[in-house]
Amino acid sequence: MPATHHVFRAQLTSARRREGFIFFLFGAATYFVLLCGAVVIGTIVVRGAGTVFQARAPFINTTFFTEAPESLHVFQYQGRKMELGDAAFRTFEAAHPDVAKGKSDSYVYSAGGIFPCIVGTVLLVVGSMAIALTLGVCAAIYLNEYARDGTFIRFVRLAILNLAGVPSIVFGLFGFGMFVIFFGWNVSLLAGWFTLAFMVLPVIITASEESLKAVPKGFREGSLALGATKWQTIIKNVLPYALPGILTSSILGIARVAGETAPIMFTAAYVVRDKLPWQVDKFSDFFFQGVMALPYHIYVVSSKIPQNEYTERVQYGTAFVFLLIVALIATASIVLRNRLRNRYKW
Amino acid sequence: MVITAPILMDTLPSAPTIRPATAPAPAATAPAGQAAPAAETLIDIDHVDFFYGQSQALHDVSLQIEDKKVTAFIGPSGCGKSTLLRCLNRMNDLIDGTRVAKGSIKIRGVDIHQADVDVIELRKRVGMVFQKSNPFPKSIYENITFGLRLQGVTNKARLDEVVEKSLRGAALWDEVKDRLNASGLGLSGGQQQRLCIARAIAVEPEVILMDEPCSALDPVATAKVEELIQELRTRFTIVIVTHNMQQAARCSDKTAFFYMGKLIEYADTRNIFTNPANAQTEAYVSGRFG
Ligand SMILES: Nc1ncnc2c1ncn2[C@@H]1O[C@H](COP(=O)(O)OP(=O)(O)O)[C@@H](O)[C@H]1O
Ligand SMILES: [Mg+2]
Repeated sequence: MPATHHVFRAQLTSARRREGFIFFLFGAATYFVLLCGAVVIGTIVVRGAGTVFQARAPFINTTFFTEAPESLHVFQYQGRKMELGDAAFRTFEAAHPDVAKGKSDSYVYSAGGIFPCIVGTVLLVVGSMAIALTLGVCAAIYLNEYARDGTFIRFVRLAILNLAGVPSIVFGLFGFGMFVIFFGWNVSLLAGWFTLAFMVLPVIITASEESLKAVPKGFREGSLALGATKWQTIIKNVLPYALPGILTSSILGIARVAGETAPIMFTAAYVVRDKLPWQVDKFSDFFFQGVMALPYHIYVVSSKIPQNEYTERVQYGTAFVFLLIVALIATASIVLRNRLRNRYKW
Repeated sequence: MVITAPILMDTLPSAPTIRPATAPAPAATAPAGQAAPAAETLIDIDHVDFFYGQSQALHDVSLQIEDKKVTAFIGPSGCGKSTLLRCLNRMNDLIDGTRVAKGSIKIRGVDIHQADVDVIELRKRVGMVFQKSNPFPKSIYENITFGLRLQGVTNKARLDEVVEKSLRGAALWDEVKDRLNASGLGLSGGQQQRLCIARAIAVEPEVILMDEPCSALDPVATAKVEELIQELRTRFTIVIVTHNMQQAARCSDKTAFFYMGKLIEYADTRNIFTNPANAQTEAYVSGRFG
């Protein structure tokens, strides 16, 4: 007997068809997003790779990572096309007086490297995340563990949520007015740290609060029932378990802090600076110096100077390095997070 | 304000029966030759009304819990057993809007809601084991020493000693002695609950409150915890909430039956189960409702 007439025979009903169509749409949406991400990252990687890597050993363009930006001189010499950075060009000129004066084209920022920008961005990220995590975790502990829910606390929460939606340029202008002008810190690391920290604070506070909420009530009660004070309970038996979650949220914060240009353009970033951050006369000067930064450098190179094939190399190279650094910092926090999570698993 | 009684932390340690170690014999309270020494009241609950915000959970509850005895609270779900238990170490303070509106709870004559009572000291004396076992996500060793470390004990030898003593006390030592540094969460459900009991006895409380300690355990693990309660009864005053009537019958000396926030009957366990005075109690213990 043929099996086509049993009761469970598959039938293509309209509900089935609709389901198939809807799932196809969901899948398509997901893969579309994935595709967009891949195109963006792929472009940067493909076009930046020429700057970051090289054909000769050690295969990485170390100059790009270790030198400051220079002007690029492009000129003809004995029928060959030469491309030399500023310093190299001067040496060359001195050695070959027959280089035709004035016959070379020069392109700013297109030679050398981006070392000061890397250093500046790392300093900005570390400092602002330290400030944001300290303030954010304290605020979250207060809101979640101590504050009694009421109209005022609801208002505070609402304010924090709204702050998360404020455009970063507004934080930049706030930082400029508050730290640079009113506090008189000038364009400095310190002003940039606080401006960036304020920008990510809402996210960190909200996420920290969620992480604290996720710690089971039993851990708190168990500790209190043993005669711990509330503070002892929080420090020994709540916060350690919430830290992995807090770190997860700060990973997003790191990417944002590292990448935003608007908050630092008035508060901390220099277009170009000869000295490196540790080349200061006295220690306190360290906090009051401006720095170069990767996102700002990309902005300057791609919109503040004439565009050509030489600047394009720097743009994509810098963007590529920027991606690498964000990935590196994020990986470090993920590793740290996983360590903590394994230690306190529940 | 006039302070009418010495504060709790001064009173409790000076009481002669507080530590088994410091009370060599009950001779002080029971004159030689007397067959059954009159039980001493440890906790005196006197006409207590308790509210969660506007809703009243306990109505005029009065009972005396005796020293070094096991007292069971039974009754259908939602009748206020946990509420009363959590009043005894003021865990209800953690919930906003709760209050004891009337009456008092005295432990060794000290009203625990008095303004000068330090709730931290109270909770050191009145330990608690929760319905859902809650070992901390730390090592077994750290779980046991948590309470002592809070009190500032750092001496390794002393901590080691307490860990062994408490784990032995909770009948868990042989099972975990080789893995004291493993996470307490790696233990089975029954072991976890015994770990929580060990953690509670490590700070040497006078009273241990247990809120349905076996409700999530299988019969074998339940039997172990019940055995443990039998061993602990000589050293601690135990108050146990249970919805398992056989358990109350097996473990306890006295049983209190609650219904709808009221204490219906409180008597020797034997009487409650064989010869209850109240018709509701009888209906409940014979399984006709609840
Ligand atoms: N946190 C709380 N907030 C408000 N009402 C509560 C809370 N906990 C318990 N109750 C109420 O108090 C009554 C007694 O609860 P509970 O003491 O937990 O009962 P039991 O432990 O006997 O099952 C119930 O009606 C319950 O709904
Ligand atoms: Mg209960």
